[in-house]
Amino acid sequence: MKITEQQYEEMVKASAPKSTVIINCAKAFLVGGAICAGAQLIYNQLHAMGFSREDTGTLVAAILIVSAILLTALRVYDRLGKFAGAGSIVPITGFANAIAAPAIEHKKEGLVLGIGAKMFLIAGPVIVYGTLTSVIVGLIYYFVR
Amino acid sequence: MDIFWAFVIGGLICVIGQLLIDLTKLTAARILVFFVVAGCILGGLGIYERLVDFAGAGASVPLPGFGNLLARGVKRAVDERGLIGVITGGFTAMAGGVTVAVVFGYLAALVSSPGMKD
Amino acid sequence: MTKHFGTASVRFSNPPSIIGAAAIVGPKEGEGPLASYFDKISADILFNKDTWEQAESELMRQTIELAVQKAGLSAEEINYILAGDLLNQNSGSVYGARSFGRPFFGLFGACSAIGMAMGLGAMIVDGGFADNVVANASSHFCGAEKTFRFPLELGTQRAPTASWTVTGDGAVVLSSNGNGPFVTSATTGAIVDLGQKDVNNMGAAMAPAAAEVIKNHFNDLYLPHDYYDVIATGDLGLYGSKLAEQLLQDSGFDFGERLVDCGALIFDNENQDTHAGGSGCGCSATVFAGYFMKKIRDGEIKKMLLVPTGALHSVVTIQQGETIPGIAHAVAIERKM
Repeated sequence: MKITEQQYEEMVKASAPKSTVIINCAKAFLVGGAICAGAQLIYNQLHAMGFSREDTGTLVAAILIVSAILLTALRVYDRLGKFAGAGSIVPITGFANAIAAPAIEHKKEGLVLGIGAKMFLIAGPVIVYGTLTSVIVGLIYYFVR
Repeated sequence: MDIFWAFVIGGLICVIGQLLIDLTKLTAARILVFFVVAGCILGGLGIYERLVDFAGAGASVPLPGFGNLLARGVKRAVDERGLIGVITGGFTAMAGGVTVAVVFGYLAALVSSPGMKD
Repeated sequence: MTKHFGTASVRFSNPPSIIGAAAIVGPKEGEGPLASYFDKISADILFNKDTWEQAESELMRQTIELAVQKAGLSAEEINYILAGDLLNQNSGSVYGARSFGRPFFGLFGACSAIGMAMGLGAMIVDGGFADNVVANASSHFCGAEKTFRFPLELGTQRAPTASWTVTGDGAVVLSSNGNGPFVTSATTGAIVDLGQKDVNNMGAAMAPAAAEVIKNHFNDLYLPHDYYDVIATGDLGLYGSKLAEQLLQDSGFDFGERLVDCGALIFDNENQDTHAGGSGCGCSATVFAGYFMKKIRDGEIKKMLLVPTGALHSVVTIQQGETIPGIAHAVAIERKM
């Protein structure tokens, strides 16, 4: 007997194990929260040292990015990601990991077409859509402010 | 107290991301894009800034905070330079973060090699 | 067409003999439940090479060399090498076979490669076009991740239905002379696509193809359902194999315990966190050349049907919204003629 794509889709859905959403969310909450709390701690320290609010923000971002790239180079960040899921993807550290990981993976294809071209394999869309959205926001703001 | 709220709000934004991964099967790249665009729009509307005031790093460190940074930058550039600001504001705002990521990402690629997953 | 039966099957009149088989695997496979059946376990995932791509080719070269040696032949006595892998343009097989200087057919059947290579190889030998043929298939976890998924250092979670690409190569030498085990018949799979799109659940995409080719094999050759001691699908994994079993039962084929899956055998999900199980060209190739060949030689298995399964999509077609076409090829191996 022949089954339809719809019938098969039902079979597939019934056969697949449920992913453990609640446990995954708890892990994401803990790790994501911890990264943000750590960032706040660094922010408070730097701000107390006299940096402006904006410079402090930039410095904190830089420290997080460098730390995440270091952990990526040490082959630790992918293990963190396996545990934390979105908890280590969504913070800015995940963006840094998304830049370093393909650069490391593709270094064998050369400095230009390997590291240079593949660095933005995953993070590139973030910059493309961030830029596009910022231009739209800017245009609207120009006319309505 | 600000560290507590950074933890809670930052954690909750990550939980939204986890729900998107587990329930919608969106890839990580799409989720990153979604968060940046959402943050930029909420930033443009002035809503996200209020979350940043409340939760500090809990709102600025997750990727919607990156989107908000772009919105903040483009609005300020428009205030200072008018229409020219529309095309300079976003990139200027992300310059620091992206430059650090490129420089250190490059160095990482030079010194490190990928390893087997476990 | 005196050797062709039914819709898609052939029965060999002079069944080729498997005179040598070798399986070499990587470190993770070497920690799995089948470790003792493999000829060699490499502790080094890079096989002393610089890149994942070179590593896979070196793995392939070593395995063929060993299989030919176990067959008591020299490379010059091999008439054809038939080999498939997962890398773009079959580069794993191409660079691995380069140094042998023997006539070469690069095959693409994704993870069904060893079934395709053994089926075609047996046809070549039975047709009298060769005395000795090597059928080979290889895959490498890291090369496959790089080609189909994400950079290894990216911090992502794997879906519960995702499979783990086997780092391994299985090679068999088919010969017109020998005392068995024999490749007695083969059924070639058609492309079957039931609209599955989830690349993290490839077992589901391939299960209908496996069920289809198994049904065709039994129907074409008028075999009783208990003919084989074992029917081993390639890499459907823990969930895909259940789907294939269900599809077969719905068509009146109930094989019970006889129906197994190489992907479900090669790893221990509880301890190795491999989720759905093993996959890749090397999965069915190493499990057959290592595990099943030993069981056949020991007489524990007298007749088996090997059904390597493949998902024939590419990264580009999936990004364009296409579904995942599945395929499976069945090869019958019997201890005696």
